[in-house]
Amino acid sequence: MPKHSRELIGKLEHEALKIRRRLVRMIYQAGSGHPGGSLSATDVIAALYFHVLNVDPKDPSWVDRDRFVLSKGHACPAWYAALAERGFFPIEELDTLRKTGSRLQGHPDMRKTPGVEASTGSEGQGLSNGIGMALAAKLDRRSYRIYVMVGDGENDCGQTWEAAMSASFYKLDNLCAIVDRNLMQLDGPTKHIMSLEPLADKWKAFGWKVLEIDGHNFAEILKAFDKAESVKGKPTVIIARTLKGKGVSFMEGAVAFHGKAPNEEEYEQAMTELGGEP
Amino acid sequence: MNYGAWKKESQRDFWAKALLELGRERKDIVVLSADLSTSVKTSVFAKEFPERHFNVGIAEQNMMSIAAGFAASGKTVFASTFAAFGTGRVYDQIRQSIAYPEMNVKIVATHAGITVGGDGATHQIVEDIALMRALPNMTVVVPADAPETYLAIRAVADYIGPVYLRMGRADVPTIASIQDDFKLGKATVLRDGDDVTLIGTGVMVSRCLVAADELTKEGIDARVLNMSTIKPLDREALIKAARDTGAVVTAEEHSVTVGMGAAVAMDLAENAHVPMKRVGIPDVFGESGDSDELMEKYGLTAENIIEATHDVMRRKGGAL
Repeated sequence: MPKHSRELIGKLEHEALKIRRRLVRMIYQAGSGHPGGSLSATDVIAALYFHVLNVDPKDPSWVDRDRFVLSKGHACPAWYAALAERGFFPIEELDTLRKTGSRLQGHPDMRKTPGVEASTGSEGQGLSNGIGMALAAKLDRRSYRIYVMVGDGENDCGQTWEAAMSASFYKLDNLCAIVDRNLMQLDGPTKHIMSLEPLADKWKAFGWKVLEIDGHNFAEILKAFDKAESVKGKPTVIIARTLKGKGVSFMEGAVAFHGKAPNEEEYEQAMTELGGEP
Repeated sequence: MNYGAWKKESQRDFWAKALLELGRERKDIVVLSADLSTSVKTSVFAKEFPERHFNVGIAEQNMMSIAAGFAASGKTVFASTFAAFGTGRVYDQIRQSIAYPEMNVKIVATHAGITVGGDGATHQIVEDIALMRALPNMTVVVPADAPETYLAIRAVADYIGPVYLRMGRADVPTIASIQDDFKLGKATVLRDGDDVTLIGTGVMVSRCLVAADELTKEGIDARVLNMSTIKPLDREALIKAARDTGAVVTAEEHSVTVGMGAAVAMDLAENAHVPMKRVGIPDVFGESGDSDELMEKYGLTAENIIEATHDVMRRKGGAL
């Protein structure tokens, strides 16, 4: 297992911080959005777009690219920020999030936004989308990989488990799911809304290789993605333990910031904590 | 009414034949089933191309979203199941995964309408056309007989974008006047006439033709229009027929409140004010029974079309 350099991890931490600043700003400017689940997902998304994924921002539909599907579509501000930082579209466009005529819809639209691979938002469909892509890759004997991030709340959805069952049945070792296990959903803590535990055992029972990591620790994130790529004959799920609202103290673990924009005062405090406006 | 002279053929067999040919001609064709492959006849394709057929089990939500993933990867996807399970059960998956991003997925639904027969209301969807017609980007096709089903499948395979195509389970009369020039979005005149236009879709087209023959005996000269694409509706053919004949009757094996007749009524209200009457299933669920008996019970016979014609002819006369 290659050990990842301190430089790489430092670079990813830097990119993640930029993404956090940008996404909080985007949601503040839009006046609505989902900061909590965007911030929890940020580090995994940063690792994907700045190290793991083989993509070409100049040719977003390059046939051999790796695919990323954000099944928890409401976290798209983190995705958009990563795509813009990676060069898929101009950074300035981030300020148009959720505005009339924008290419950056409130939930991902694959027809509008360069780099967005699936239209998601209504929960529980993205893993199935990824399975179609993974089966197509196998059929075409292409070696690209498919990554799908699902929210932990999406583990409530029956379709997630239909998908989980079929991915192992089809032996999709080119598919890697990441559960953003931030322990919260819109109405409150997942354990109070619909208990998911033992979550790892459930995925194991559905035939997946399961890796459990700290979803804010880049060494663990990168190691998990390496491991997932080496697993043959079955799909891998990375259960990334994360903190909703990670990086902004008053959003951390706060149900209120699942789907609410910060006000001016909150925005300024968030920017101070994140080291200044983007 | 006697249909004894008509040859009856299976739409499902012709769909299976078209799909198999497409599979042989095109490597990009992928087929998905949901534990009904023998009923919907995708098993024919699966036998020759097992590597391109995916039976996902009783998991239609998964099937529709997987279909979208395939389409996003450049495949032309046929996803097939019963109409009840391929529309209402998965409306949101079709909406978000397929229709909204304009994925190249063809939903081919069999066992539509009440002619399913014995299985009863749970399996006899009467509102699938309405659901699919409501979706932006969706094309809705209802072939009139088995040979037209073959042509329609070939045509939708060449069209890039989401399509819903429905057919029944029962064998349907083959219509001699249907030509080989099927075009998506085009209605065809199967019988010319000046007094009234009978617009049929699916199995009801044959009923319209039988009704038109009977009406001749009364001196009524009926035009018959085969509306095999319901969305986009062939507005040009519709308005021309309404203006030429001055009266319109629609007939469909679907809820009369929200189907093809409703679409025609809206267009006529805006574009051509002629007396109009819809023949179809009333606003009720179906039930178990013999399919011909159910067609009678729910008002889907040539007699019902003739009665409706009398009604519009009376009103047409009054208007003149």
